[in-house]
Amino acid sequence: MQRSFIARNPSVLIFLGILAVFTLGATILSEGFGIGLISTSMIKTLGKTLCLCLIAIAMDLVWGYCGILSLGHFAFFGLGGYMIGMWLMYARTENIILTSLAQAPIPPTDDEIRSAIGNQIFGVVGGSDFPLIWAFADSLTIQLVLVVLVPGLLALVFGWLAFRSRVTGVYLSILTQAMTLALSLYLFQNDSGLRGNNGLSGLQNIPGAKGVPQSIISIWFLWASAIALALGYILAAWMMSGKFGSVIRGIRDDEARVRFLGYSVETYKLVIFTVTAIIAAIAGALYYPQAGIINPAEIAPIASIYLAVWVAIGGRGRIYGAVIGAALVSLLSTWFTGGQAPSIPLGFYTIHWVDWWQVLLGVTFVLVTLFAPQGIGGAIDRLVRKGTQL
Amino acid sequence: MRTLLEVSGVSVSFDGFKAINNLSFQIAEGELRAVIGPNGAGKTTFMDIVTGKTRPNEGYVIWGERSVNLLKMSEAQIAQAGIGRKFQRPTVFEDQSVFDNLIMSLKNDRGPLGVLLYRRSARDNERVQELAEEIGLTDHLHRKAGELSHGQKQWLEIGMLLAQEPRLLLVDEPAAGMTLAEREHTTNLLKQAAKTRAVVVVEHDMDFVRRLDCKVTVLHEGSVLAEGSLDHVTQNQDVIDVYLGR
Repeated sequence: MQRSFIARNPSVLIFLGILAVFTLGATILSEGFGIGLISTSMIKTLGKTLCLCLIAIAMDLVWGYCGILSLGHFAFFGLGGYMIGMWLMYARTENIILTSLAQAPIPPTDDEIRSAIGNQIFGVVGGSDFPLIWAFADSLTIQLVLVVLVPGLLALVFGWLAFRSRVTGVYLSILTQAMTLALSLYLFQNDSGLRGNNGLSGLQNIPGAKGVPQSIISIWFLWASAIALALGYILAAWMMSGKFGSVIRGIRDDEARVRFLGYSVETYKLVIFTVTAIIAAIAGALYYPQAGIINPAEIAPIASIYLAVWVAIGGRGRIYGAVIGAALVSLLSTWFTGGQAPSIPLGFYTIHWVDWWQVLLGVTFVLVTLFAPQGIGGAIDRLVRKGTQL
Repeated sequence: MRTLLEVSGVSVSFDGFKAINNLSFQIAEGELRAVIGPNGAGKTTFMDIVTGKTRPNEGYVIWGERSVNLLKMSEAQIAQAGIGRKFQRPTVFEDQSVFDNLIMSLKNDRGPLGVLLYRRSARDNERVQELAEEIGLTDHLHRKAGELSHGQKQWLEIGMLLAQEPRLLLVDEPAAGMTLAEREHTTNLLKQAAKTRAVVVVEHDMDFVRRLDCKVTVLHEGSVLAEGSLDHVTQNQDVIDVYLGR
């Protein structure tokens, strides 16, 4: 008999339970809905962390399970952010323009409104015309579709070209990194149509939610992120627990064997690459309204390398490992680089964590790779196994 | 008997070295065949060509009653058409259970969507049990394949091939590194398999070939040197000169 999905994946229920308690707890302690023990900016950090956990799941599927070390998934994350950011920025600017033009003695024409919005958005890069890619920026529905479509298509085309040519291993990693770098450099240009290095800003102001304080909005996004993470976790566990997961892990361990069993390895890689790109994009679309700003630096290759580090520290090939790694390392990173970590005076030298955090992270990564390749998740697995044996 | 696979006039060279030179070879449906030859005779390259891993510079590889050209197909398509391949080294998915290894190999829909929505049927469970019994791994179904002994891994791989229900099985040095008892079991497995399908065994070990008791093809420098019963080929002067004489 085939056991039920939950019976095969006990970690799903545990994870959903912890996530629910965490989200409820944060809400109760928040300023917006609760007793105000957790500041709104902290709520935003927690919400963003949940989005990072979601992209870490995507990374774990593509790297930990399928063995494709993609150094480009933050590009999809960023593209998702840009797609939703375009609507957020357009709609909010439109509101502002309409309000200010309402006092004008002669009612403005549609063209005047549009050019005023264009001036407001693109003045910073010396333009006022809307680039072609903003054609649908006034429609939330279309931009939401584009959140999925644009990164999905990019992944599909890129993956098709790369996998069809049987590019594997470190060469593929370099290729994905080149893609990320190219995209980031392109977006840095002022005439890229996405405001160059200024990026899109003011994304925390949600059009149509005028007068709603950030303390409330931050809770909406915390919940939205938690739900997305929960769905992503269930999807990943479901995909990896059955025969599909067997094939994907088979590709990681012995690609040729899978091929000679009659499975089209290239197709499977393309599917997993594209699906994880879309998951990453959704995570990005939820992240940037909480961050408030997106610019091309977010897409720089280093971000995708960090992503790989989180998953490695958390434990590859375990979905909860990816979540633990992303949550732990990104929260620690916020703490260390935020200046809250106490400096260590050594007399002759003082260790300021803002500068030394990267060193600590790097050393941890090297040590984990050398001595605990299974990461934190591997340690948990060993403990659980010990527990069940007793 | 009808021809199942026909290789004709195939040549392939790597950087000027002719690994296969105008090779022609036929195998009939349900035939058991041993391919022997010294190192570098092109035995493994021959398998690579048939399974689609290597593309020859010239020649044809024709498959089945509908005379399909295998050279136009990908490895996965060739495998789906009914050619199974066992590698020299045992290659099983060590991180997964014997059961999962076999389930993955069962002849079922190979497309991503079909695999994603796959539900194990009672028939599939039965098939896995039968196969496990055949390869002697019934007690090990839920162990990880990586924990098996060398011989057991070889059998698991043969089991995975049988699960695919191929019409032609290509087996590369199945007896390498096996104990005497393990060899005997392997011989029986292959002979049993050859009752319902064609099997081509590439082997170095003469005793093993003798036990298979089948038609033998001797390869040398990429083409067929002799063909016939083992006694016939071992008395062939050319064969003695290049292979057995040393």
